[in-house]
Amino acid sequence: MNSRILAAVLLILLAALPFIAQATGQSALLSLASRILIYGMAATSLNFVLGYGGMVSFGHAAFFGIGGYVVGILYHHADTETLFWGFIPGTTQMLITLPAAILVSGAFAAAIGALSLRTGGVQFIMITLAFAQMLFFLFVSLKTYGGEDGIIVRRTNELPFLNTRDRAVMYWVVLAITVAFALGLRRLTKSSFGTVISGIRQNERRMAALGIPAYRYKLFAFILSGMGAGLAGALMVNVLRFASPDMMHWTKSGELMIMVILGGVGTLVGPFLGAAALLSLESVLASWSEHWPLAMGLILLVVVLGTRGGLMALVTRLTGGRK
Amino acid sequence: MTAILKIENLVKRFGGLVATDNVSLEVMPGEIHALIGPNGAGKSTLINQLCGELQPNEGAIHLAGRDITHLPVPARVDLGLGRTFQITSLLDEMTVRENIGMAVQVREGGNFRIWDALRKRRAIWDETDRLLAGGQLADRADVAVADLSHGEKKQLELLVAMAMQPRLLLLDEPMAGLGHLESQQMIGMLRDISKEAAILLVEHDMEAVFALADRISVLVYGRIIAQGSVDEIRNDPAVREAYLGAEDELC
Repeated sequence: MNSRILAAVLLILLAALPFIAQATGQSALLSLASRILIYGMAATSLNFVLGYGGMVSFGHAAFFGIGGYVVGILYHHADTETLFWGFIPGTTQMLITLPAAILVSGAFAAAIGALSLRTGGVQFIMITLAFAQMLFFLFVSLKTYGGEDGIIVRRTNELPFLNTRDRAVMYWVVLAITVAFALGLRRLTKSSFGTVISGIRQNERRMAALGIPAYRYKLFAFILSGMGAGLAGALMVNVLRFASPDMMHWTKSGELMIMVILGGVGTLVGPFLGAAALLSLESVLASWSEHWPLAMGLILLVVVLGTRGGLMALVTRLTGGRK
Repeated sequence: MTAILKIENLVKRFGGLVATDNVSLEVMPGEIHALIGPNGAGKSTLINQLCGELQPNEGAIHLAGRDITHLPVPARVDLGLGRTFQITSLLDEMTVRENIGMAVQVREGGNFRIWDALRKRRAIWDETDRLLAGGQLADRADVAVADLSHGEKKQLELLVAMAMQPRLLLLDEPMAGLGHLESQQMIGMLRDISKEAAILLVEHDMEAVFALADRISVLVYGRIIAQGSVDEIRNDPAVREAYLGAEDELC
């Protein structure tokens, strides 16, 4: 019950953030908050395979980037009034671009997962990394879509009845999607499928003896996770108005993984905390010194070693609540 | 009456070592067939081939008339094969009740549903509670497996296997590491279970084997050297020589 009140207070604060930002003149706050929510979603998606499913994917930035490029490429064709592959017209309608981003990144996750999940352990980490880097270099070489410079999306995707070009409105859209996303994920982890996935992480041999062929369950989880990361990527391009290959660079996969580990592996809220901590630290430290990654590294070290279970474990201990 | 499990001329080699040497045996419906043998006789190797974790080099395994020699583990489970592990292998983070619930859930199906609430699938939890009721673990239902004693884990292994409603149960040393009282309880549980499923029992505890088995096969160096009723095995000179004699000296 305690945690529900906490969540409600947090939600009200987040909803009121545009007014707070305006009143205090901190306009950068809004963009930071949007990025935290979006990276939080991407990290949570990764956490579903990593924390709940036990699959250490080091290539999740690929799906993040694919989702982003779906928005970018559809915008490019709408802008130039050309056809993608000769028959798909571009669009700037968010009600089309977001589902398209989810489906396309899901398809990529299906292909990459189907091959990667034939391995396990360190090989799985390496092969997912390799696939993500292949996609990174593919998009660097696509001159039509800006190569390494990426695509500048001059106009944010449109929604009926809402002016998404207003940054505050766009922030609320992101917040609403984040809340729906988190509630959906919570439901997923308590579903029949979510329980089986957790069982596979705990003991794959036991699950086989119960009659569960792990491969197809893991693949399904991987696809769902890819879809979530794709959605986050699509929103990110809408907020930043920019899609670039950097979205799928391996360092981005690493950042997502740091958010998960920093926040708390296998928890629902943890990755959001991790994203908030990482991105806020980054913006604060970067304004102090250009050697900020050193300070960041030290702080991460202290948190990970000191909390054993990430920020989520720390919060649980401080509030004295149950897990 | 046809055999529920029929093993024909099974051979498994590890390099130069023949771990399973031309083994043939049958388990009839309703029967407890015990497989005994000294350490290193190849009992676990045989069990692992039956459940599908190891592939034999030669020979065939039939389950209820179907050739399952090359099927993966889950496919064999679908055909009615259940097992317990010698070293208990359970879902450690989950409770006793959740472990049994998982077995029931997998059997019931619908495991790709991402939008239901498992807690609200009444049929699963009703059956789970029925399985738990009256048993040794009834008042330990909400304890996490990691906090159970060794004996309790052994009992849970058996309950989980029963929740799968198998036609044939492979039991890999269910008595191992149990105290005297716990062994007696386990013998009682196995006797009840044998009314519902045929059992292939691999066991070191001779007292238990002689109390439970309808038929016994003796495995030595991967080969079956004798097969028969409890009395026949007890009085077989080759068995006494190879197995029981050695055991007596050890004790």
